[in-house]
Amino acid sequence: MSFYGLVDGSEKSLIHFLDQLSGVDQVGAEARAAMLATRSIKTSSKKWAIETAISMVDLTTLEGADTPGKVRALCSKAVRPDPTDPTVPSVGAICVYNDMVEIARTHLDAIGGKHVPVAAVSTAFPSGRASMEVKIQDTQDAINAGAAEIDMVIDRGAFLAGKYGLVFDEIVKIREVCGDKAHLKVIFETGELVTYDNVRKASYLAMLAGADFIKTSTGKVAPAATPPVVLVMLEAVRDFYSMTKRRIGVKPAGGIRTTKDAIKQLVLVNETAGPEWLTPNLFRIGASALLNDLLMQRMKMSDGYYASPNYVTID
Amino acid sequence: MATKKESRVEVKKTYKLFINGAFPRSESGRVFEVTAKNGEFIANPALASHKDLRDAVTAARAAQSGWSKATAYNRGQILYRIAEMLEGRANQFESEIALSSQINSAKAKSLVAQAIDRWVWYAGWSDKLQAVSGATNPVSGPFFNFSISEPQGVVAIAASDNFLEFIDALGAAVVSGNTSIVLVPGGLAVPAMSFAEVLATSDLPAGVINILTGSLDELAPWAASHMDIDGFDISGIQKKKQGALKEAGAENLKRIHSFESGKTPARILAFMESKTVWHSVGV
Repeated sequence: MSFYGLVDGSEKSLIHFLDQLSGVDQVGAEARAAMLATRSIKTSSKKWAIETAISMVDLTTLEGADTPGKVRALCSKAVRPDPTDPTVPSVGAICVYNDMVEIARTHLDAIGGKHVPVAAVSTAFPSGRASMEVKIQDTQDAINAGAAEIDMVIDRGAFLAGKYGLVFDEIVKIREVCGDKAHLKVIFETGELVTYDNVRKASYLAMLAGADFIKTSTGKVAPAATPPVVLVMLEAVRDFYSMTKRRIGVKPAGGIRTTKDAIKQLVLVNETAGPEWLTPNLFRIGASALLNDLLMQRMKMSDGYYASPNYVTID
Repeated sequence: MATKKESRVEVKKTYKLFINGAFPRSESGRVFEVTAKNGEFIANPALASHKDLRDAVTAARAAQSGWSKATAYNRGQILYRIAEMLEGRANQFESEIALSSQINSAKAKSLVAQAIDRWVWYAGWSDKLQAVSGATNPVSGPFFNFSISEPQGVVAIAASDNFLEFIDALGAAVVSGNTSIVLVPGGLAVPAMSFAEVLATSDLPAGVINILTGSLDELAPWAASHMDIDGFDISGIQKKKQGALKEAGAENLKRIHSFESGKTPARILAFMESKTVWHSVGV
């Protein structure tokens, strides 16, 4: 088997490929991310950024206390984020646990939200600690229930122990399960990978194994989607594109709560991967609280005065 | 300029804002100048922008539930502790007020003493408000019917350029459980920021009182139209400019009041609302 003609699927070739990647300049990456974060986006550009960010949100609820009612409410919000203003775009997707996929899909279809895909977290999310059979079944269940996107977690323990082949094979198998029915997003949990070098290696490993998206975090571990981590991943997708002519998406998740944070991410995308990535097909933001702040900022821009959280939904 | 007689380099204070228990500079980086009667330079307080106001409102909103849920006894204790701290620094306040408000030191001394006593007076109200403003209402049925006064939420204050009135407006707003943002104009900025240092060492939870120094003409319209501010004390605004603020505040039915100077419980109750509860009798 050949993966983009870069590795042959054996652990040996994979290790060889990952070893020849250059290390990340930690100070440089952090300085570059901090510098890009100082860009000021105003007026019409800000309005565009807010609406683009809304269309990129993967509206997420991943709580043990999720109820069907909460998921349905979130679906309604996903289709029409601001009920008083139909010009606000729908969000990128709804992201829920496996067992909520069917409820979400049915409700979305019923309220005219066929265009909003449902993403399911999979492979023993968030820890990734389960047997391969369980992970495959987990994914299959989600797809059967109507999930069009699978957010799988990698086995960080195996990755940190250097068992790259194991992690690679898992992604390949889940990719097969997804087939052409579902997009595959691979979650690294960068907060647990410790170094930027590891983030870079994990990015290439996942892209080679067939990921459609690479995603920073589960949202359960801090730090999550810090700007330097996203920068390293965006560099990886950019360089991967120049090697293979295939564009892989990036999804930062966790810790992005304000419009300011979201716009910083968009600046990072534009300046690192390029404007081609500024589309919901190639960039998503995993968040729950962020959407309210985006809506409030949008209200502020259209009304001219500061909005109150009393006028947006609680969840 | 240092002369030969001076043996030390002056240690000058950088005036900042007080938001969420911290002392940030204005987001805008701007300052304005406060001078004494003879034109001598006193300080460069921060000239707050509407973004600083937005941050202050976020902090006040976040602090609101904790402060209003604290027991009246606890709130009273904390406010009294602020008075203790003020007392200890009375000399500093006297000299700052004398300089920046351009009054003589005897007047400043009596003003500070009055202000501390006034603050204690407000602190004392915390556990007495319900007894005065609440009621058990007579109803025709087997029920108790209580009216209970509750704090409104986030109250902004456009303070007049006088330390005692600043204390009046602020004490009245926070004793009931409101959190507040005080907009402080002119020379009052100097003692107001020293007051912020008192707050920072008084166990007052972060965000309950936020102090922005700057121009009322610039900040008051933003505060009036801000949808997340529930009440606005505009005693420091000229009468002819008050109408426009009331209009801007109508969008979220903000309570906008202006008060004569002086202490009165009515000032506290103005930023409280009455909640009526029914409870069955004899069960």
